[in-house]
Amino acid sequence: MASLRLLLRSGKNAVSAVLRREFHGTPPAAVQVTVRDALNQALDEEMERDERVFLLGEEVAQYDGAYKVSRGLWKKYGDKRIMDTPITEMGFAGIAVGAAMAGLRPICEFMTFNFSMQAIDQVINSAAKTYYMSAGLQPVPIVFRGPNGSSAGVAAQHSQCFAAWYGHCPGLKVVSPWNAEDARGLLKSAIRDDNPVVFLENELMYGVPFEMSEESQSKDFLIPIGKAKIERQGSHVTLVSHSRMVGLCLDAAVVLAKEGIECEVINMRSIRPMDTEAIETSVMKTNHLITIEGGWPHFGVGSEILAEIMEGPAFNFLDAPAVRVTGVDIPMPYAKILEDNSIPQIKDIIYTVKKTLNV
Amino acid sequence: MQKMLTIISNVLRGSASRNGTRVVVSARTYADFTPQASFDIKKCDLYKLEEGPPLQAVLTREEGLQYYRTMQTIRRMELKADQLYKQKIIRGFCHLYDGQEACAVGIEAGINLSDHLITAYRAHGYTYTRGGTVREIMAELTGRRGGIAKGKGGSMHMYTKHFYGGNGIVGAQVPLGAGVALACKYLGKNELCVCLYGDGAANQGQIFETYNMASLWKLPCIFVCENNQYGMGTSVERAAASTDYYKRGDFIPGLRVDGMDVLCVREATKFAAEHCRSGKGPILMELQTYRFHGHSMTDPGVSYRTREEVHDMRSKSDPITLLKDRMVSNNMVSVEELKEIDVEVKKEVEDAAEFATTDPEPPLEELCNNIFYNEPPMEVRGTSPWIKFKSVS
Repeated sequence: MASLRLLLRSGKNAVSAVLRREFHGTPPAAVQVTVRDALNQALDEEMERDERVFLLGEEVAQYDGAYKVSRGLWKKYGDKRIMDTPITEMGFAGIAVGAAMAGLRPICEFMTFNFSMQAIDQVINSAAKTYYMSAGLQPVPIVFRGPNGSSAGVAAQHSQCFAAWYGHCPGLKVVSPWNAEDARGLLKSAIRDDNPVVFLENELMYGVPFEMSEESQSKDFLIPIGKAKIERQGSHVTLVSHSRMVGLCLDAAVVLAKEGIECEVINMRSIRPMDTEAIETSVMKTNHLITIEGGWPHFGVGSEILAEIMEGPAFNFLDAPAVRVTGVDIPMPYAKILEDNSIPQIKDIIYTVKKTLNV
Repeated sequence: MQKMLTIISNVLRGSASRNGTRVVVSARTYADFTPQASFDIKKCDLYKLEEGPPLQAVLTREEGLQYYRTMQTIRRMELKADQLYKQKIIRGFCHLYDGQEACAVGIEAGINLSDHLITAYRAHGYTYTRGGTVREIMAELTGRRGGIAKGKGGSMHMYTKHFYGGNGIVGAQVPLGAGVALACKYLGKNELCVCLYGDGAANQGQIFETYNMASLWKLPCIFVCENNQYGMGTSVERAAASTDYYKRGDFIPGLRVDGMDVLCVREATKFAAEHCRSGKGPILMELQTYRFHGHSMTDPGVSYRTREEVHDMRSKSDPITLLKDRMVSNNMVSVEELKEIDVEVKKEVEDAAEFATTDPEPPLEELCNNIFYNEPPMEVRGTSPWIKFKSVS
């Protein structure tokens, strides 16, 4: 009955879900897994591995998660470890931080990171700064996770990207996975990390399937926080991005390759600590740098990358000023045509590459 | 009984004398003192409780001496901090606890060291009762490497085992405390968390969010409102539509306690602890107390309250004097004995202050340490691109 219901859900999502249930325990060599399922599996495995890990947030238990990321977990682990909270972000984020201080390993879900603004004091002042203020007496092993950035048609109050805000603060680690492998490996690392980690997911990516290697399906598959990945080798220009925009960069690269322009696409994976070295190495090879993000331009992730490149050895290798491709500097509008034009599109990346390369 | 008393008093005397020589306390032998007495304590106002703490408290001589010593230590430590602040040896924020000693000492007497406690920024007293030494507290205030947080935290950020600070953001410690209580329940160790906040913080929204969740999930949490009548310079009547803080938990049972009487606080805490440990969920205690100093060292404390009021409280409601009078009038201690404790405490505080003023500041190499726990050494950017600091866990 469960399988039938699954099949009735749309497309690849259902297929991979069925496959997962069929082949429980012995995954096939490579398989298509959605980002959502990768997150779900990571949560499940880490909870099984360590009894102190628990999940709290709005609708994570009986609703199976607002975006179904925690589907099935409440049924398996029960009330003690999967806790539905009232709609009180400041309160439950603080409770999660206190629990982390007292020896548990909470995963605090924000339904979207927009709501984390209500609780941001607890994330920064109670979680991030405490290990330092206590001179090493009080660690805070907590993960704050949830969808970040723009979605589709959810308008201004539900579309903000918080990568720059959280990336600004010492004491926090901030990661932004793109594909299923990123999601799985980074979430596991985040949960096993003894420090506060802000885990920025993306709602539009949840349903996207990716092929996952056998190695990446192992229970101890961890992606180190602070290391970027070169998703595509290239020699003419470096495109640096995080989260959903990585996909757009790769699509743009395919189009540009037909015109003989080879883009090197870097998936940042981590916002803080940032893998500046990987970017520098790439820039020293391609001599051109473009950053692409969904967030606003001012004081953003791209701004930071450009500043660090200016200050480092790669500056002397630039043949053109490094530039940023970002979301438009406005609150997110609702109408589809306006929304589509508020965030970078593939054509914007292509245009910027050509401007930078002066072609 | 007499032999036991002699042994105990010998131990007390032995630990009291600093250089090992025997100190003759008084001509009277310990058989002359009353070993314990029962005192009437003020009845607590109750909210959603059928019965409250007992109306009498039994105090033994040993307990009395210990409470006296602890309160006096906190008192002297805070007064010393006042002095050092005026000499500009302590800087930044310094919120003093004198006048409220009965709260910290009474609460600690009602719980175990294995329980947990969290408070706001008026935290020096609690840092001490939770196990910090006067030395490391004072050295933290003066920002030296011997400080309890190596000089990195300061007045508001002191931590020790099962004591979660010292928190600077008003009200933020309350959800944290409930989280600690959640961990207590989750780990099944029959521990509880005492979660303190002031009358000013009591109006914070996150506290009501916490009441809700603590009650829903039956967390073993004792919420304590230390009502010292003023949130900075705003009296309770000017800040709260309802000043019955013990009722503000709505669905959480509450009691209002005389916070100047260490025995009253102790009995109320024991009662509250029993409530939590029996799985009934959270409970709220309002301790009616008073701070002799202003809000912080930059506040003389007389622009929003009268000098007469402060003077009145100092002369009539000093928690240390209250305990002393009780014990002396019941022949539990001699005045000389207490004077001797005063001398020892004064010396301890002087020595601590000496240490706190002479201990060197933390080395610059420490600047970027303790960012992350359990992490390989990393580099932290300094003030310019070429300045890098090493950071170890």
